[in-house]
Amino acid sequence: MAKLPTPEELMKLNYNPPQDENWMDKPVELKPGNICWGAKGKNLKIVEFPNARDWSPVEADWKLPQDWEGTVLEAMADRLSKYRSFKIFMDICVRCGACADKCHFFIGGGDPKNMPVLRAELMRSVYRKYFTNSGKYLGKLAGARELDLGVLKEWWYYFYQCTECRRCSVFCPYGIDTAEITMMAREFTNLLGLNTDWISGPVANCYMKGNHLGLEPHAIMNSVEGMVDDIETITGIRINPSFNRKGAEILFVTPSGDLFADPGTFTAMGYMMLFHELGLDYTWSTYASEGGNFGLFTSNEMAKRLNSKIYAEAKRLGVKYIIGGECGHMWRVLNQYMDTWNGPADFMEVPKSPITGTVFDNAASTKMIHVTEFTADLIKNGKLKLDPTRNDDLVVTYHDSCNTARGMGLLEEPRYIINNVCNKFHEMPENTIRERTFCCGSGTGLNASENMELRMRGGLPRANAVKHVTEKYGVNTLANICAIDRATLSASMDYWVPGTRVAGVHELVANAMIMTGEKERETNLRGEPLPGKGGNE
Amino acid sequence: MKVVLPFIAVVVLALLALVGVTLAHQVEFFFGVIVPYTAVAVFIFGFIYRVLQWAKSPVPFCIPTTCGQQKTLPWIKHDKLENPVTTLQVVGRMLLEVLVFRSLFRNMKTEMTDGKIVYGSEKLLWLAGLAFHWTFFFIFARHFRFFFQDVPSILSMMEGVDSFFQVGAPLFYMTDAVILGAVTFLIFRRVYLPQIRYISLASDFFPLFLIFGIALSGILMRYMFKVHIVAVKQFAMGLVSLSPIIPQGIGAIFYVHLFLICTLLIYFPFSKLMHMGGVFLSPTRNMANDSRMVRHINPWNYPVHVHTYAEYEDEFREKMKKAGLPVEKE
Repeated sequence: MAKLPTPEELMKLNYNPPQDENWMDKPVELKPGNICWGAKGKNLKIVEFPNARDWSPVEADWKLPQDWEGTVLEAMADRLSKYRSFKIFMDICVRCGACADKCHFFIGGGDPKNMPVLRAELMRSVYRKYFTNSGKYLGKLAGARELDLGVLKEWWYYFYQCTECRRCSVFCPYGIDTAEITMMAREFTNLLGLNTDWISGPVANCYMKGNHLGLEPHAIMNSVEGMVDDIETITGIRINPSFNRKGAEILFVTPSGDLFADPGTFTAMGYMMLFHELGLDYTWSTYASEGGNFGLFTSNEMAKRLNSKIYAEAKRLGVKYIIGGECGHMWRVLNQYMDTWNGPADFMEVPKSPITGTVFDNAASTKMIHVTEFTADLIKNGKLKLDPTRNDDLVVTYHDSCNTARGMGLLEEPRYIINNVCNKFHEMPENTIRERTFCCGSGTGLNASENMELRMRGGLPRANAVKHVTEKYGVNTLANICAIDRATLSASMDYWVPGTRVAGVHELVANAMIMTGEKERETNLRGEPLPGKGGNE
Repeated sequence: MKVVLPFIAVVVLALLALVGVTLAHQVEFFFGVIVPYTAVAVFIFGFIYRVLQWAKSPVPFCIPTTCGQQKTLPWIKHDKLENPVTTLQVVGRMLLEVLVFRSLFRNMKTEMTDGKIVYGSEKLLWLAGLAFHWTFFFIFARHFRFFFQDVPSILSMMEGVDSFFQVGAPLFYMTDAVILGAVTFLIFRRVYLPQIRYISLASDFFPLFLIFGIALSGILMRYMFKVHIVAVKQFAMGLVSLSPIIPQGIGAIFYVHLFLICTLLIYFPFSKLMHMGGVFLSPTRNMANDSRMVRHINPWNYPVHVHTYAEYEDEFREKMKKAGLPVEKE
């Protein structure tokens, strides 16, 4: 594994590309520390993907299928006819450069091909050659080039360095969304068996076992059981969650990462404590035990195949509606894709909070609401007893996930909750939050360990903003609503802003929430002593 | 290369018209009749063809880029323009985008200062872009005086505003100065800014030089090499009434101006200039974020192979029973 450079070394950045160089003439260099391992054949086989074999990107021979160029160009023609976004985004870019310095990978690395416009040009140049007359006849002068192995490797390198965060599309005068182009590039590379181990493994797991981590039914229950024990230790209350229970009112789906490792588990404990306190009639599912969707990082079809479990399970269990946990790309899927793929969800009812009576008309069709929408409504209606002083040792800032910000617009709900459960909250600079939020640096399945340099580079803009509020306000906690954030920001904070904790919003909720019949709490969910119990400090 | 070649191309095009009509008057018919009709036809049909080609591809998913608070709980303020849910709100968002370049207005500059990344204000591109497009539109509209027997009052009003800062006769139009300035800036930044220079193609410089040439020839014609204005109007009226005539003594510079415009019209449908039509069709901007309220239909949605619950239970039944989980089949 490549040695991770120090923060000082990584900070030596130059945003000015070399002057008299044509980017087309510069062959790609697959830098160690910036690439993930290749997919394993067995995982590709499980989901019936083509060209399933073990492969390694660092070897010269990628074991490509016969006539792979034909496969790619045929797929390109097909997707151009299926996606207006793809076709328009191939045609209308004027290269104004407004997006150039908006990508976290460019800001953290300075590689000119990480400017969104140039990332897209990697694809456009091939499009022009085969699908436009100017490209066909004028070639390089018209910005066109042939598809060859070098180009394919360049695609693979840079389209697995885009986290589909959509920040560039906020600034583009035509709304050109690089995520749409990256999704196509990933479709094409998957037709050749060129996925990464870190994506294809979870996809195969999720397909067969219901979740990315490959937790089998009893393992999920064990994991939850462990959290139940911890909750009892902290609060003196034994809660009893149910699994695969028919007739429950609500199905709860959250990313499996929340069941597996700190600090995600604290968020999961938060959900369970909240639902217990409300007496909510809900169930977990071991079959639909994954809210996230790594299929989205391979192909549209694979994403749909994985997502199908949520509605199928809701139907089988006969629930009235679904609540979804804190996760970023999960909500891109739930908000913008699920109903179209696997709907209509006409066997359920429009979500209605059994506690407040609030009807969530904004989910009238999908029948699935975000847990922060649910909780914000509870707090607004005064249904929770909260003691925010229990979080007084935390000086909190909030990181918007790319997908909930730019693929949904869930901005105020989490902030409202945080402001009600914490006394010390400070926003990061406005150019780095809400619709302009930065990616954690490791989305779209880039959260492996062999590409740590890339992850830390991509995480720099977010960390830089955290550092700013750390110095200015003494912020020590980075709240978020994303399971991948909880894992990846922990790593990038350790690297860039050591001492900053990463916490899910519902961990903070559960810390502050006074439960009926609880014993005097000594510690927070992490087992750390509470600041001045009772709040007189 | 990518800067010089397009420049040479525009100069050659201008010389072609200039030398052509100066050497032989018969060529005026080619530059004055054949080329304009061809150009207008190519532009109109090409433009429509391109838009129809785009429209032929469906929009399978509801993928607006949301730039503000979603519509959810009634007490949370919904950002109607940045995260629209109704058609009217979408129209509002699109109007902001098309008329005042809302997204470009967000632009900022990322810089490294004292080991920190800072984001500074950067509104010049927005300003120059806005100035360029609006003056282009104004000048375009102003030209319609040549195509009407009686000049509509709206055009006279526009001219009045445009020549507000009168500096002698003929009327000096502010837009003439602004468009030259804006285009010069847009060329300059492509050459000067390292990032922009790196991403620029020949096809980014060509339309800029071309439009510069059009504006310059128009200005020269108006203020320096005076053309026979009555003859120009006669000529324009002839073209629109489909009975073209070539009046005597219009002046060669006019043909340069006209030929460059025709080049632009012909080039337009085959180039990035189609962003003019494309912006209206961009799914990240022209869709409502209502995909949880109303089901968006994908016309090519097809059944896929899934791993069913029954298959899952078959694999894990014993383990599930042992863990106390309910099963469908014993």
